[in-house]
Amino acid sequence: MSFIISKHFYGDIPEESAGGNELKSAQVPPLANGDRGGWPLWEVFIRSKQGLDHKHVGSLHAADATMAIENARDVYTRRMEGVSIWVVESKYITASNPEEAGELYEPAVDKVYRHPTFYQLPDAVNHM
Amino acid sequence: MNGTLPYKTDFILSLADTTLILSQRNSEWCGHGPVLEQDIAITNISLDLLGQSRNFYQYAAELINNSSKEQGLKVSRPVGRFREADENTLAYLRKEREFKNLLLVEQANGDWAQTILRQFLFSQFQYVLFEQLQKSKDEQLVAIVTKALKEIAYHVRWSSEWLIRLGDGTEESHQRMVHAVDELWRYTGEMFIPAEYEKEAGIDFDLLKNEWNKKVTAIFDEATLTVPEKIFMQSGGKEGRHTEQLGFILAELQYMQRAYPNSEW
Repeated sequence: MSFIISKHFYGDIPEESAGGNELKSAQVPPLANGDRGGWPLWEVFIRSKQGLDHKHVGSLHAADATMAIENARDVYTRRMEGVSIWVVESKYITASNPEEAGELYEPAVDKVYRHPTFYQLPDAVNHM
Repeated sequence: MNGTLPYKTDFILSLADTTLILSQRNSEWCGHGPVLEQDIAITNISLDLLGQSRNFYQYAAELINNSSKEQGLKVSRPVGRFREADENTLAYLRKEREFKNLLLVEQANGDWAQTILRQFLFSQFQYVLFEQLQKSKDEQLVAIVTKALKEIAYHVRWSSEWLIRLGDGTEESHQRMVHAVDELWRYTGEMFIPAEYEKEAGIDFDLLKNEWNKKVTAIFDEATLTVPEKIFMQSGGKEGRHTEQLGFILAELQYMQRAYPNSEW
């Protein structure tokens, strides 16, 4: 009767039998065009304190809205950044075209009279 | 301090070991997660568990040091290590047979389905267990579990959603979940068999098992998975009899302190 005894010294444990090295089968094969299996992109808005506005903080990928909220919680609120999260799929955001910036915004430049800064306020009115 | 001290210390150590080992396992995903967002999610959970284990180790160290002072011992447990116990000595200098973690948490990460299932089965268990421990008379223990319960509630939610997503997902994801159940279910039995040191911990194990079963079955149903029945259950982790996995984990986890004793960074 013969036994085969194999002995491993530190550092030469075969990768496939080492406990900490079983990730290979788990890795998701990279998809073409950098797409994550069709997970859409979501824009994340976080309110940092009660009473303040939600502010855009960034975007992330998620399969649906629930996962997007959870991902946002894990990615963007780890350091106590927020008390409330909004997510919206990026495709539902309509943005103005930067090339039209001239016609959209420049006409406002020389119309300072639209700022309500030409009134004399009585001294009794604070915090304006 | 009272007569049940050694039991209590072992019980606290078992809670610490289980959370530490699962934390270590989950942390192996760092940089390998299926997508960036989930990489961060699983390592967040890993850090939550590490925080919990630190609390338990610190408490256990306090119990150990007090008891060795009371008994006039110069050497504190673990015996033979001429140092006061602290969270580091307890995590880094105890041997495999001294670790009392559940077998479930030392199992390999496998694929994402196995990692999710392991987290799910454990978080559901941890939640019902800690809910019971919250009624304990031990104020320190109550404080630790109360803080942890909020984290665990999120772990339960996160892992349940993934379980449903994968179980009730594509044919491949379902197959992977079924495979994960085959691999891991056998390690769930020991959670409900009290170890010697748990008999005085004031835990109602029947209630624990019923509640856990109810919660797990509900999510399994939603995930179109079947709860296995009457299969052989592995046990022994709580008493220090581990699967071959733990040695590898400790080799990696404890290497620095073993090779460079008392090193700090």
